[in-house]
Parts: sequence; C-alpha cells; structure tokens
Amino acid sequence: MTWLDVLLILDSTFRVATPLILCAMAGLVSERAGIVDIGLEGKLLAAAFAAAATAALTGSAWAGLLAGIGVSVLLSIVHGFACITHRGEQIISGIAINILASGMTVVAGVALFRQGGQTPSLPRDARFPSIELPGVEAFADIPYFGPFWAELVSGHTLPVYLAVLSVPLVWWLLWRTRFGLRLRAVGEMPSAVDSAGISVPWLRYRALIIAGVLCGIAGAFLSTAHGAGFVREMSAGKGYIALAAMIFGKWRPWSVLFACLLFGFLEAGAARIQGTPLPLVGEIPIEVVLVLPYVATVILLAGFFGKAMPPRALGTPYVKER
Amino acid sequence: MTRLPGWAEYLLIPILNLSLAFGVAALVVLAIGENPVEALNVMIQGAFVYEGAFGYTLYYTTNFIFTGLAVAVAFHARLFNIGGEGQAYLGGLGAILVCLAFDSWMPGLLLIPLAIAGAAAMGAAWAFIPGWLQAYRGSHIVITTIMFNFIGAGLMVALLAGVLMRGGQSNPESREVAEAARLPYMHDIVNAFGFDMASTPLSIAFPVALLACLGVWVLIWRTRWGYALRAMGQSESAAVYAGIPVRRMIVTAMAVSGALAGLMAINTVLGAHGKVVLNFPSGFGFTGIAVALMGRSHPVGIILAAFLFGALFQGGTELDFEFQTITREMVLLIQGLIILFSGALSLMFVPWITRLVGGRKA
Repeated sequence: MTWLDVLLILDSTFRVATPLILCAMAGLVSERAGIVDIGLEGKLLAAAFAAAATAALTGSAWAGLLAGIGVSVLLSIVHGFACITHRGEQIISGIAINILASGMTVVAGVALFRQGGQTPSLPRDARFPSIELPGVEAFADIPYFGPFWAELVSGHTLPVYLAVLSVPLVWWLLWRTRFGLRLRAVGEMPSAVDSAGISVPWLRYRALIIAGVLCGIAGAFLSTAHGAGFVREMSAGKGYIALAAMIFGKWRPWSVLFACLLFGFLEAGAARIQGTPLPLVGEIPIEVVLVLPYVATVILLAGFFGKAMPPRALGTPYVKER
Repeated sequence: MTRLPGWAEYLLIPILNLSLAFGVAALVVLAIGENPVEALNVMIQGAFVYEGAFGYTLYYTTNFIFTGLAVAVAFHARLFNIGGEGQAYLGGLGAILVCLAFDSWMPGLLLIPLAIAGAAAMGAAWAFIPGWLQAYRGSHIVITTIMFNFIGAGLMVALLAGVLMRGGQSNPESREVAEAARLPYMHDIVNAFGFDMASTPLSIAFPVALLACLGVWVLIWRTRWGYALRAMGQSESAAVYAGIPVRRMIVTAMAVSGALAGLMAINTVLGAHGKVVLNFPSGFGFTGIAVALMGRSHPVGIILAAFLFGALFQGGTELDFEFQTITREMVLLIQGLIILFSGALSLMFVPWITRLVGGRKA
C-alpha cells in the first residue's frame, strides 16, 4: 500500500464521516442539555430532501442549505414542543420524527417532481463544488506533504470543512462559554439552573435549535455536495450511526470526532476490502464490517471497555416545582 | 391527583389525538392539491370494498397485532423495546431454520408448531440480549435495541446472500419451504365450507394473533408474573421493596416481548411468502410502537389499533393506483403523526379536558 492509497482511504473516510460528525455533534449538544435525540436520522433525511428540492427549484446550493437547515430546525422545534413544553416521552417523539420524515420526504417528493420520490439530479452549479485550497501547486513537488495537501486537505466540499470545524466550535461553545456551562448544567441538574433564575425550557430549546442547524448542514451535504440530488431513504441509518458514535465518544466532542472517523473508516475500508481475503481471517462479508460500529457501541455501553456516563438528567422532563 | 373519567381517557383523548393526526394529513393532501375526502374514500375502498381487500387488511392487521403486543408487554415494565423490527427479522430466521432442517419428512401438524416455536425463540433470543445487558450491565435498552435492529439486518443480509441463499439464484432469499410447513390460508378453509372468499395472504396466523392477545391479557392481568411486571412498571423501587426480582423481570419481559415480535414472521414467512425474503419486516416492527401507543398497551386496544393500521396500509397501496401525486408513503406520514400526537403529545389535551369535564379522584 502506497502513501497515495493511505491518503485516498483517509480522504474517503472524511467524506463518509462528514454527516456522522455533524449529526453526532448535534446529538451531543442536545443530549448534553438533557434531551434524547433519536430523531437525528429523521432530521438528516428531511434536511437532505429540503436541500435537494430547493436546489433543484432555485438552482442554488446555498438556498438548498438554508432550506435544509430550516426544515431540520423546524423538526427540532416540534421535538422540543413535544418533550420540553408538553413533557412527552423524548424517545417516542424522536421515533415520530423519524417516521414522519421518511413519509413526508417521499410524499413531498412525488408531489413536487413525480419521479417516485426522488428529486431531479442536480446540475453542477446547484451543488457545492469541491474547494481547491491554495498551495496545491506550490506544494506539489514536496514528497509526502504535497500529495497529503492535494488529496486529503484540499478538494473537499464546504460541508466537509464545516463538519471538521463544528467539533472545536461545539467544544468551545459548551466548555468555554457561559451559555455552554448552563447548557451542560441543564443536562445534569436542571433544578440548579432553574433556581439561578435561568429558564430551563428556553435553554433546552436553544440546544435543540443548534442541533437542528448541524443536522441541516449534514442533510445538505448528503444531497447537494456528496450526492447530486435526493433519493428516498438516503440517510440510510447514518443518524443512528451518529447516535452510536456520540455514545461511543462518551458525549465528549473530541472523542466523538474520533468515533465518527473510526466508523467512517470502517465503512470506507469495507468497500475497499470487499472480496479480497485478509491475512488470518480470510474473506469477510461486507455486512459484518458494516455492523461493527453497532457491535462496538453495544459492547461499550455494556461497560466492557470503560464506562460511558450519560448526562444525569438525560431523558427526564423538567417539572418546575409549584 | 385527579384523573379523567374513563370515557374521556380511553375514548375522547384517543379520538382527539387521532383526529388531529388525520387533520394534519388532510392538510398535506390539500397542499398537494388533491381532495382529502376523495383520498380517504379511495383508502376505504381499497381497505374494505374491493375483492380480497378485507383479507389483505386482516393480513396486515395480523402483523401489527404481533408487533404491537411486543411493544406493549415491554411498555408495562416501562421498557422501550424498539427492536421489534430486528426481532421479527430474526424470528424469520428461526422459522426458516426449522423448516430447512425438518420439512423434507415432518408432517405439517408437527412442523408448523415447531416452526412457530422457532420464530418465537429466535425473536426472544434477539431481545434477551438487550434485556440482559440492561439488567446486568446497565446499558440503555433503547440504544441497544436500535443497534440490534441494524446488527440483525446485517446478519440476515449476510445469511440470505450466503449460506441460506437458494442455489442458482441471484436474489438474496431462502428457498421455499415445503407445502407442509405453509400455514393454511383462510380462503382455503372458508371455501372448504362452501363459501366464496377471494384469495388473499390471510392465513391461520390471524387467529393465532388473536390467541396471542388473549394470552398476553392472561399473562399480564391474571398471573403473578404479570403483577410483578406491572408493579415494576409503576415503581421500580417499590417492586424491589416488595421482593420482586427486578433484573430477572427485565430479562424475561424482554424475552416475551421479543418472542411476540418474532411471531410476526410466521404470518409473512410461513404464510404469505413461504420463504424468507430480504427485509420482510419492512417497518412493521416500528409500526408496532404506534399500535401499542394507540391501543394503550391493552390487547383489546391493540386489536383495534392494529386493525386501523392494517386498513391504512392496505388502503394506502390503493393510493398508488388512483392518484399520480399521492403515494402509499402517505400512510407512513399518518403513522408518524399518530405516534407524535398520541404518543409524544399525549398529555397536550389533558389539562383543558380536565377543566372541561372535571376530574375524578384517583
């Protein structure tokens, strides 16, 4: 395996991991505020549709991105309305959002485009182009670093860079700002935050809105940057893998990023090793590799390697005492 | 604490939530530019009126009864089993393995009960592991069952495209089971008595599902185990104090729940298809959540809710033929709305209904 092969695998790892990173960060923000978010999958799917549909109608990827974010935030607010305002079950609300999204995207898709739930495939200028970073030419002659810069660092679409940026951003927001301190407190002990005179519902709503924005970018990536249009069920469980990655990273941004890259690497690698026998184990069916993230998460949750401690108030609606 | 009178809690609020879900769906149909009344009419025709329609409706109802019961049993213990999809899938594996092993010589009277037991056992096993992990290792049942849905799906794809795949075929599906292993169709039975019923995939799995409802009712409201289950669901600490072995209860509750989900496979694998096809649970496991929520986790409610969803699914397929702009995914949308309104937002109406009709002392 040459240096270029390594770079190409890492390159596709980042591309596969992009929606995972964004959704996992969304889940992290929401769960740190005490709201379980298994609706990531639905938000991702709905955003992917909204982005592709808008880009197809307006011809602008940016309008698509905005629409994706808008729809995803809207679903976040529905989730909040159910489980913050009305103290409903967060898991049921999440399931409702997922099912709603998979029905709504096809219904709207057929109504708008009559192509069996797909959007028309997007022309080049209605998609996010690859961004050539400066220096590709200049570094080209440097061994190792030149290809590294050209293949791995440069040449991705905007959402990929946003995904990588989202990690330090979320870290900074949650661990270096007053808002973040309060947000984490509301996930651990909301009564303490309440007694300091800060609104628990409003904080949680804001956490969900941030989560919605991140999922929206992830959705736009799927349909207007990575793909060229929306296909039904195109989120294909990525929201759930992101959820797994978030747990696998123990609700901490950098570990979650690592988990997303690991899961992304497994998927990117699975495609490459398909059909080729490996040393010691022989040929592995691709399905086995693809379920590894889920297996790993189950093992982690069972406390077999390190304990994953969720935020303490996770999943419990806050009732203000009277 | 005041509670609503029974008729308001069990009739008024479910109807309000249901109307809200259908109301929103009607708005969507209007936004598409079609007539919601016409769409509803098409669905009713498709679910009840056309030849064989009613049989198909009951066929879907059978699936939903099983998956609904599965979710409900776990609900009574305050456990969210959202792994019904995977448990049903693995149930299919249990049924097909029994058939592949014995269907060359075993008579149907022996083979069918054995295959049914196989489906229940594999479904139970697939729920047992998350149950055990929750009880003894503290992992969250919701997350583990989600993961197990995916692991199960991956496993089944690997098996169906691998060792289970029928020779000389490129579709990932098993070979067909022998005639002896097929569940008798209802139309064959009914027609034997001189009636005339259209051919549908409705098989004796339907009466089996009704029996399962009775069984669940007895189990939950008439046995010591059921009492322990409900006590645990009401208050885990009180259950511990009363000497109920909570951990063992979690594991057994999940196993029973998984067995019921696994039984869904008999309706499709032994009834309709006669083989295991790729992704045969096709979302019915998830729909079980909506069925259990609508049916308030009671067998009678579940039969009604399963019937509603059965009619929706069968009626929904008709939408594809009658409209260019509305497809059967409309039903998925309605299903999501029902889960939202009668599950997550179930408390929304309670305060002002209480004010309206007055509460009663709990």
